[in-house]
Amino acid sequence: MRINEHPILKFERGKRIKFSYNGQELEGYENETIAAALHAAGIKELSKSAVLHRPRGFFCAIGTCSSCLMVVDGVPNVRVCVEPLVEGMVVETQQGRGELGGAV
Amino acid sequence: MERFNICIIGGGPAGLRAAIAAGSAGAEVLLIDENDRLGGQLIKQTHMFFGSEKQDAGTRGIDIAQQLVNKVQSMTNVKVYLRCAALGLYDDKVLTVLHEKKYRKIRAEKFIVATGASERMLAFPGNDLPGVYGAGAVQTLMNVYGIVPGQRVLMIGAGNIGLIVSYQLLQAGVEVVAILEGSPHIGGYLVHASKVRRAGVPILTSHTIMQAIGTNAVQAAEICALDSHWARLPGSEKTLEVDTICLAVGLSPLSDLLWQAQCRLTYIAELGGHVAWRDANLCTSEPHIYIAGDVAGVEEASSAMVEGELAGLAAAKSLGLARVDVDTAMSQAREQLIALRAGPVGEKIRTGLALAQMRGDEQHA
Repeated sequence: MRINEHPILKFERGKRIKFSYNGQELEGYENETIAAALHAAGIKELSKSAVLHRPRGFFCAIGTCSSCLMVVDGVPNVRVCVEPLVEGMVVETQQGRGELGGAV
Repeated sequence: MERFNICIIGGGPAGLRAAIAAGSAGAEVLLIDENDRLGGQLIKQTHMFFGSEKQDAGTRGIDIAQQLVNKVQSMTNVKVYLRCAALGLYDDKVLTVLHEKKYRKIRAEKFIVATGASERMLAFPGNDLPGVYGAGAVQTLMNVYGIVPGQRVLMIGAGNIGLIVSYQLLQAGVEVVAILEGSPHIGGYLVHASKVRRAGVPILTSHTIMQAIGTNAVQAAEICALDSHWARLPGSEKTLEVDTICLAVGLSPLSDLLWQAQCRLTYIAELGGHVAWRDANLCTSEPHIYIAGDVAGVEEASSAMVEGELAGLAAAKSLGLARVDVDTAMSQAREQLIALRAGPVGEKIRTGLALAQMRGDEQHA
């Protein structure tokens, strides 16, 4: 859920842009991360862990903990907590470790 | 290969002040940061800082960040690379980076590592569930992107970060169900604790989380009271319905680059983990590498900024650059650090720093 009224901060959001999440069309804003856009859309589960297939979300949001890895435009292991959202991006839940080599 | 006098890694409070100090002394400076913008964690600090006027007391972190960024951008001898991640730092004074997705090398005579710290995890069943977030992550989501982390939050940790982030959650219209603190005492300043208490948030000392409950995300948390030996008090277990568990249980220095550069590191619990040995000028065992800010020992932004200034001045001085009165500025910075770390609140950090300081015979000439 997005904050619209805040006692101190004023949020100047960029342009509204569309992206795809597991085949579903979602909207976010320019200048926000993929993780932020997904969270605003109510999506907290970003990947399934490699061994026990447990759901994983982000934890640190500064790109250091590797809890938020997703497949973005076919590239696995993208840290979506620091990767900016781009119009038309294809974002998918990552299953386990992800395969290298699929990317161009 | 581009060449600079001083290259600073990390554009948070320490790195920004280091860049300003080194630049003012006359150095050709490169400041790199892996993010899209400078400011580090200051960009989400909506609260006003404490301390004296010299350390920007009474100013909000977000405004301090803007002032420092404006200053850096006005200096013609300070260059900034954003989206530039350090990969390796070598003894021939070459730094390899990934800049705008391109690999390149940068040569500098001195490097200042100001990479900061990262959020600590706490061990409990279910701690990997979506909805368990570090306090810094909650601040990013809320204060940078304007998105609430959830509707009902359980905060773990009543240090300054736990208290401040709880208050910020309230400001964003989120319910904070409780703040748990394992120790019998509130670690943060009373002024912050009073603010959240007045808003009706209970601070439960000698309490901890037993597990996070949920299938695809956090739905509840089981908590319990602790006895004087930190053991669970039988019968005190309670389940709280929450969708977010926020961990504010401390930070660890991000010292990866210092390990790789073969600086001498040592584990000092008081400083948050592994930190580099340093001399009085914040120079590590590798004479071309300085440190400043949380990577040198987890403290807070005010001391990080002064450390940045000291390291920036010292690095410039070591190159014979002294456009300003570097010696006076350095002793002023040292005095400010002493003042910031004075009193009972600074005792832990003083103990830690004493352990991290090189003895006279270990220092560089």
